[in-house]
Amino acid sequence: MKQYFSLFRIRFINGLQYRAAAFAGLTTQFAWGFMEILAFSAFYRANPAAFPMEFSQLVSYVWIQQAFLALFMPWGVGGNAVEAIVSGNIVYDLARPMDIYNRWFFETIADRVSRATLRCAPILMVAFILPPSFRMALPSNLWQLSMFLISAVSAMCVVTVYCLLDYMSAFYTMSRYSAIFVILADFLAGGVLPIPFFPAPFRKVVELLPFAAMQNMPLRIYSGNISGTDAVRGIGLQLFWLAVMLIFGKWLMKRSLKRTVTQGG
Amino acid sequence: MITLTNINKTFKIAKRQAGFGRAVKALFSREYTLIRALNDVSFSIADGEMVGYIGPNGAGKSTTIKIMCGILTPDRGECVIDGRTPWRNRVAHVREIGVVFGQRSQLWWDVPIIDSFELIRDIYKTDAKTYQNSLDELTALLDLSELLKTPARSLSLGQRMRCEIAASLIHNPKILFLDEPTIGLDAVSKIAVRQFIKKLNAERGTTVILTTHDMQDIEALTRRILLIGKGRILLDGSLDELKKRSTERKTLVVEYIGNAPVLCEGMTPCETREGRVVITLDPVILSVSDAITRLAAQVSLTDVSVLDVSAEEMVAGLYKEYEI
Amino acid sequence: MKLYFKYFALHLKSQMQYKITFALNILGRIVMSFATVTGVLFMLTRFHEVDGFTVSQVLLCTSVVSMAFSVAEVFARGFDIFPQLLGNGEFDRALVRPRGIIFQILASHIEFIRLGIFMQAAAVLCYAIPKSGVNWTPNKIVTLVLMITCGAAVFFGLYIVYASFAFFTTEGLEFMNILTHGGREFGRYPFAIYGGGVLKFLTYIVPLALFQYYPLLYLLGRTQNSFYMLAPILALVFLIPCYAFFRAGLRRYKSTGS
Repeated sequence: MKQYFSLFRIRFINGLQYRAAAFAGLTTQFAWGFMEILAFSAFYRANPAAFPMEFSQLVSYVWIQQAFLALFMPWGVGGNAVEAIVSGNIVYDLARPMDIYNRWFFETIADRVSRATLRCAPILMVAFILPPSFRMALPSNLWQLSMFLISAVSAMCVVTVYCLLDYMSAFYTMSRYSAIFVILADFLAGGVLPIPFFPAPFRKVVELLPFAAMQNMPLRIYSGNISGTDAVRGIGLQLFWLAVMLIFGKWLMKRSLKRTVTQGG
Repeated sequence: MITLTNINKTFKIAKRQAGFGRAVKALFSREYTLIRALNDVSFSIADGEMVGYIGPNGAGKSTTIKIMCGILTPDRGECVIDGRTPWRNRVAHVREIGVVFGQRSQLWWDVPIIDSFELIRDIYKTDAKTYQNSLDELTALLDLSELLKTPARSLSLGQRMRCEIAASLIHNPKILFLDEPTIGLDAVSKIAVRQFIKKLNAERGTTVILTTHDMQDIEALTRRILLIGKGRILLDGSLDELKKRSTERKTLVVEYIGNAPVLCEGMTPCETREGRVVITLDPVILSVSDAITRLAAQVSLTDVSVLDVSAEEMVAGLYKEYEI
Repeated sequence: MKLYFKYFALHLKSQMQYKITFALNILGRIVMSFATVTGVLFMLTRFHEVDGFTVSQVLLCTSVVSMAFSVAEVFARGFDIFPQLLGNGEFDRALVRPRGIIFQILASHIEFIRLGIFMQAAAVLCYAIPKSGVNWTPNKIVTLVLMITCGAAVFFGLYIVYASFAFFTTEGLEFMNILTHGGREFGRYPFAIYGGGVLKFLTYIVPLALFQYYPLLYLLGRTQNSFYMLAPILALVFLIPCYAFFRAGLRRYKSTGS
């Protein structure tokens, strides 16, 4: 366990080095969230009855999404893994006494946490003091907040094991190209549009997919769009998909490595 | 004609710090170090000269080259090349120079070499006749005829370097800057590159300025050496002069029959084995002939050889002497 | 210009070396850009209109902005990856060649796979043109062409600004994304829906609205003012400060070399 901790630590320190990147990310995400809310408010003005969630819920959804973007985004983390596979350097990783799957998992999580830590506080701080129509609200009670925290950790793990599947696809395609993986996950997890805005029949299916277990769940729990037993059921769905993709991922890793080793890299 | 007068250049570099607490601190304030890359550098190089520019990493070699190419502006000082200041008349200046960066390529990776060459011809607006002559000459000298139809990605490093050098010479420049042209090449390619540079200098009269870490390049090519260290020109002279300065110590390899000889003052043993001893001589105390006489008095010598110091060791010695 | 075509031909030749990868990449980009359009469709089927713009009118807007953006992405790729050019010495190579710097950066990178977005947007545009209720006259066709070309020029200007920042700092450039990628992303709706403040900013500071919102009003017949038709041309003025900023960055680069 100690080795994972020090891996985590070095990644974290490394992430902290990029000061300007953190400030820039902050501004970008803040401006992005602001524009999103403005766009939604135009639609809200046009037809409040057609709005599938409370406007204040949407505002919280957007700010939490921007503040914790790094935790849940399906892109831009753990690029080394794919390079290691494509270049064949993965054989050196095999020589280390550490499970590769676990290592990538922890590295990716560390990247996410270090980036999010730097960025979330200022965004949240500003989001709480904005004029009322843009202001982020606290969850209605402590129960909702704790559900959110559990759900956030699960969502981060789900999106990470999903990303690992994406990395491993490089064993077979030998390229970096995974845009479709990313776009699919971003869109169907409510990254572009919260899932309640999807047309009804489509939405029913999407709610059950593994993507719904990603950012969709914590963001909607925080904002109060999903609450009570629905929240518990939602976390259950997350854990289910986490287990499925984790088992599949580990199996795929074993298989891919065997293939790589027998082919001599 | 290249003249540099009192060129100065200082860089500011941010410090990176180790440890978790410091990494957090660096988020908010950062410390900087000033580095004097060039400190009153002056020299001049005549047309048609071939000069080796040497010094350890970070001594200021590439800063000087960049200034002469017009990529960098110095803080102070003057640099005049054929009557022009590189950073003021960029376009006019670079038309007359060729630059080879040893570790960087200017060739297109996926298309045949000849396509890259033709593009370079158009970039430099070289007319058809000059281009054809230049290409024929370079093809013959560098033995490129087989390579021209091949894309750069399928060439070996040595082949690619030959094409790289040709690419920098298509427009017939008066001055050629070579930044580590033999780095990473195998012995055969190194020799080919050196021979070519020598011929180029002799036949086209191109001025060549060469930076390298490979002393064999220097020995094979240049009569004049500029040694730079910590931003200062430490030595400007010929290879022979350099040798004279560092011939204080000689190495004597002696093979003999009999008991090991007793060494006197001025001889230091480097390596002793039964029947063989390697001795460093300090010629101020003991001349070579005296040393041999003394040894011959003790044992019967079967073989004696006096080694000259190699350029490599000489430069290492110089670096040590100047503490760079 | 002749030299530019030489470069162009070489880029085409080298990117066609890998036909399958090339085709797959283009396909990927087409699929990718569908996310934005799907989002717009979902929102407008639910709400029917936004600020009085119907689905196909919004799609007209979406596709014009995407096309302009992708043209800039294809041809100004060298500025998009400018920090890399500084790092790998390619920029130094450009400096030792007797041609304009901006020309060389433009010519040295052209990425055709980025036409994927353009193709997808063109398809959406073809769908929207007849349905948007625009009464197509020669004037309006000119307006549409101006929107796309001048839009590409404004995005190009933004890429130049991005590259100029790279002369000063190597990290933190991502904030420019809000204007480049954000410009495309948020340009899917007419900029006026974001309110007066944003519209003013996008009119006077970074003139994205000059090639999107105002000429769109002209296209849809909401105004007869021909000034709105020519607004995209006015947006070209933006290129002047962009160029000046690039020169300033270049001066700094030459004095620090990093």
